[in-house]
Amino acid sequence: MNRVVITGQGTINALGASAPETCKAMQEGRLGIGPLTFRDVDRLSVRIGAEVRDFDPANHFTRQEIAHFDRFTQFALLAAREAMEQSGLVVDAALAPRSGVILGTAGGGLQTQDANYRSVYQEGKNRVHPLVVPRLMHNAAAAQISIAHGLTGPSMTLSTACASSNHAMGQAFQTIRAGGAEIVLTGGVDAMLCFGGIKAWEALRVLSAEACRPFSANRNGMVQGEGAAVFVFENYVHARARGAEILAEVAGFGMSTDASDLVIPSQDGAMRAMQGALLDAGLAPEAVGYVNAHGTGTRANDRTECAAIRAVFGEHAEHLMVSSTKSMHGHVIGGTGAIELLACIMALKDGVIAPTISYDAPDPDCALDVVPNVARQARVAAVLSNAFAFGGMNAVLALRQA
Amino acid sequence: MSASVRNTVLSLIAEQAFLDPSEIRLDALPEELGLDSLSMVEAIFTIEEAFDISIPFDTQTAEGASNQKNIGALLAQIEALVGEKAEI
Repeated sequence: MNRVVITGQGTINALGASAPETCKAMQEGRLGIGPLTFRDVDRLSVRIGAEVRDFDPANHFTRQEIAHFDRFTQFALLAAREAMEQSGLVVDAALAPRSGVILGTAGGGLQTQDANYRSVYQEGKNRVHPLVVPRLMHNAAAAQISIAHGLTGPSMTLSTACASSNHAMGQAFQTIRAGGAEIVLTGGVDAMLCFGGIKAWEALRVLSAEACRPFSANRNGMVQGEGAAVFVFENYVHARARGAEILAEVAGFGMSTDASDLVIPSQDGAMRAMQGALLDAGLAPEAVGYVNAHGTGTRANDRTECAAIRAVFGEHAEHLMVSSTKSMHGHVIGGTGAIELLACIMALKDGVIAPTISYDAPDPDCALDVVPNVARQARVAAVLSNAFAFGGMNAVLALRQA
Repeated sequence: MSASVRNTVLSLIAEQAFLDPSEIRLDALPEELGLDSLSMVEAIFTIEEAFDISIPFDTQTAEGASNQKNIGALLAQIEALVGEKAEI
């Protein structure tokens, strides 16, 4: 079995247009949530979100590329470009077939769908752009990354709602560990901040109209964000041989399924996924110093997740830091686990624990150290990153210091 | 008006709960009828569609307050909203 390490990271989200900018914002506890600005927002009852602001595709892509790339593909390409640059990888003819792309997304090219349905149904047009299908398909972003970097090995896209990117990174980890590839660009992306996207979520009545306050007694729902994060996962031997800087080691991966309710979270499912990741990594619960929580800010998730963490860690839960960075970058749905992995790597590499901001008051059902409002300096040797999806599909990654 | 509003609301709640309208007691809480918060979100949606009104219904308050309202209180709220709409 090969060891798997991370040798590059890239992102674009409401907190920043790069990994360093995003980590700096997390350290400062900056809020990326604000008023939504897209067309017809006045017809929504929920009008806040974590948008990527001041984003001009023309600064990054040619006119023809823009015609071919949905917003989610653009985000994924920029994150992948940054990750590849940082890794210093040169993909030659021998490495290309041993390199792939495994991404998670829940919405795929939703904005392309939204805009084109609007044009044929609302505006009565009878013609759409010929590339609507290849723009909107869920694997478009992974495909464009493979083309941009000449990666000809195993590639795929996974879609498990809010756990998509954790499932994707877990799959990338297992692929390299089992010898199926040397390099996998992996992570996740979503860009669903458009009228149709939010209208559907609004109907479910789990969105907050004012703020995302994970674990806080006055929390009242989630806030949606957008963006991407992509990492270079690499066989440890390969990374060592080329003298690459290693950001962290991917130590283990755990998955479980609730098999009970489509949307109501299960303590047992969350617990089994965390236990599975610890077991796979060969980590004792006491070795973990930080958990990046799923922490959506809904009543049900946060209460259930805290109970699951207590059940897994027992007495050690009192010494564990648990934060939800969704309070800053919003819930990026299929991309959220990837953006949150940046906080995990920052904890291991820089000894900075990202806070849970907008935290007002303790909730007895969430009585853990949630790193309220202000980042903290702390050395941690191992971390977990939780993702618990609608559909009852749970995916937890375990990372340790390089 | 009120009798027909009442009959429509109770039959829509009954349909969501897989019960007969006569089994919907006004003093019952949704959960006593087997309706969890998501089922109530669905029931509220069908009632909003039936009367073309917007019913404030929050699954995310600290107390889960709206969901703890009994059927009679919900009915009174809906009758008021339908009444307001008729006055416009």
